[in-house]
Amino acid sequence: MKQQEKILEVKDLKQHFHSGKNGVIKAVDGISFDIYRGETFGLVGESGCGKSTTGRTIIRLYNATSGEVIFNGTNVHGGKSKKDLKAFNRQMQMIFQDPYASLNPRMTVKDIIAEGMDIHGLAKSDKEKTERVHELLETVGLNKQHASRYPHEFSGGQRQRIGIARALAVDPEFIIADEPISALDVSIQAQVVNLLKELQQERGLTYLFIAHDLSMVKYISDRIAVMYAGRIVELAESDELYNNPLHSYTKSLLSAIPVPDPDFERNRKRVAFDPDSYRPEDSELREVSPGHWVLCTSEEYKQYQA
Amino acid sequence: MENILDVNNLHVTFDTYGGKVQAVRGVNFSLKKGETLAIVGESGSGKSVTTKALMGLIKKPAGKIPEGEILFDGKDLAKLNEKQMQKIRGKDISMIFQDPMTSLNPTMKIGKQIMEGLILHQKKSKQEAKARALELLDLVGIPNPEKRLNQYPHQFSGGMRQRVVIAIALACNPKVLIADEPTTALDVTIQAQIIELMKDIQSKMDTSIIFITHDLGVVANVADRVAVMYAGKIVEIGTVDDVFYNPKHPYTWGLLGSMPTVDSTEEKLLAIPGTPPDLISPPKGDAFAARNEYALAIDFEEEPPMFKVSDTHYAATWLLHENAPEIEPPPAVKKRMAGIAGEEGSQS
Repeated sequence: MKQQEKILEVKDLKQHFHSGKNGVIKAVDGISFDIYRGETFGLVGESGCGKSTTGRTIIRLYNATSGEVIFNGTNVHGGKSKKDLKAFNRQMQMIFQDPYASLNPRMTVKDIIAEGMDIHGLAKSDKEKTERVHELLETVGLNKQHASRYPHEFSGGQRQRIGIARALAVDPEFIIADEPISALDVSIQAQVVNLLKELQQERGLTYLFIAHDLSMVKYISDRIAVMYAGRIVELAESDELYNNPLHSYTKSLLSAIPVPDPDFERNRKRVAFDPDSYRPEDSELREVSPGHWVLCTSEEYKQYQA
Repeated sequence: MENILDVNNLHVTFDTYGGKVQAVRGVNFSLKKGETLAIVGESGSGKSVTTKALMGLIKKPAGKIPEGEILFDGKDLAKLNEKQMQKIRGKDISMIFQDPMTSLNPTMKIGKQIMEGLILHQKKSKQEAKARALELLDLVGIPNPEKRLNQYPHQFSGGMRQRVVIAIALACNPKVLIADEPTTALDVTIQAQIIELMKDIQSKMDTSIIFITHDLGVVANVADRVAVMYAGKIVEIGTVDDVFYNPKHPYTWGLLGSMPTVDSTEEKLLAIPGTPPDLISPPKGDAFAARNEYALAIDFEEEPPMFKVSDTHYAATWLLHENAPEIEPPPAVKKRMAGIAGEEGSQS
């Protein structure tokens, strides 16, 4: 980590949804973490663990049930005027999973990318706007001829580049990437991940990278949090998490990653996770070694430290 | 080992408004009894279309098999009509689809869906079919089969649904099982369970499996042999060790290099530049040439034939020609070829 300045603090965030008459789904059930400026923070877990809900709540697509999201010192979920919200929206942007569903099929690429610029009044004239769109297209590896086309004329990887250009259009500091490469082919995934890394270096962006592909997350992230059933069960620097996983769920998840190496696969030993052993009610997230947090009971905490 | 299936020079085309798409352009492979052949490639490389042709699922009149043969059990499947194909489909050759959410009928109980094939193909009575369905549910590891038999698909989780799909595919003891991205829609831990299940069943029933996937990690786990497809052709085929430890085709290098390993530290992934070619008018020469940094002049002129690397290993690249310059695979791939198992093992 280059700097230790916190750009985002999530404090005991809860997001509950109503389901049926009396049912409540605790999609996110009390999570806390910080993201430092300039880092990539990976959030991994299986479907339904609440990782996407966390991302959407942070950017206030949902209003949090309780808890705080503090971005650059102010609470995202505090009562805000329209003006404050607009300023906030400019600083935080999102890249979505499905490049087919996240672009309006009836808008040209130029309009898609420039929509944010229009809303925030970032371009004084149409000429300036067009120039800026062309610049952005080149930044993400497309060219200016593409500006007048419609989304259906592009492949999945190209569409994801358009989604990235749209997010960059308002010069955000913080980008939430919700499974940005899951829908893409392997060779195209690498292109997009390389692009995200380059942009981060050039513009000093901070990423919250949400994914289930653990090898990609490990590759791109500085720190990683593992979510299970709405809680963070483990949080550590990437290497530490992969080399020294402590929570049984993390161990099970890591042991299931397919590795493109036949010899390794022949000797693979999968660790099964027993959901019955998971008792979140007596546990809390504790720091076992500097920067390495695990959801554990006080007894387990002593064992982990030993 | 005897060959159970032989595919020779298979071509599949589709008529579209834009023109004729040459989805499969001369594919050759054979499948041995009891082995797993993995077919890898990107979307649009023709891997799914190839297996659909084996199942007789190429929709006419837009889809055609203008050339080639699929030899199975003394018959050429490419020449059979729909009625003859129905006798084979689900009985001798069956298929597991990618999405367990859409490949089951939501309005039919699970039990009935499993029994359907048994009653149709094996002329079993309802009682017999039910007994077999219970056996199958047990085989694929679904607890409480008696109760589950009377439930609908929506009452099952994704992993459990995929187990049901596998039970249906296995019902008539098929000789060939085609699995089209069977684990892509599943979480990693569930994926690992389903793969273990398929391997276990294969060892019990000696089924031959064609496993389509784009995940090389999964390939390394399940496959005995691997065929790499690009733009409607097989560009490299060999045993799993041949392809992972001694890859010869630059496209295979690209695929291997674009996946990060858990311990990879390289600043950049080895991405394959560009996108796959349009198969309405496939490029002249080697279809991969435009994206290939090792392309030779001849690649843009003439298509490379399959060069023999060893008895089990073939690749279609001019780099294997005796007059071609010596080219080393990129460092990231070489590191992978050397095997990462040692390092991985020492970590845990």
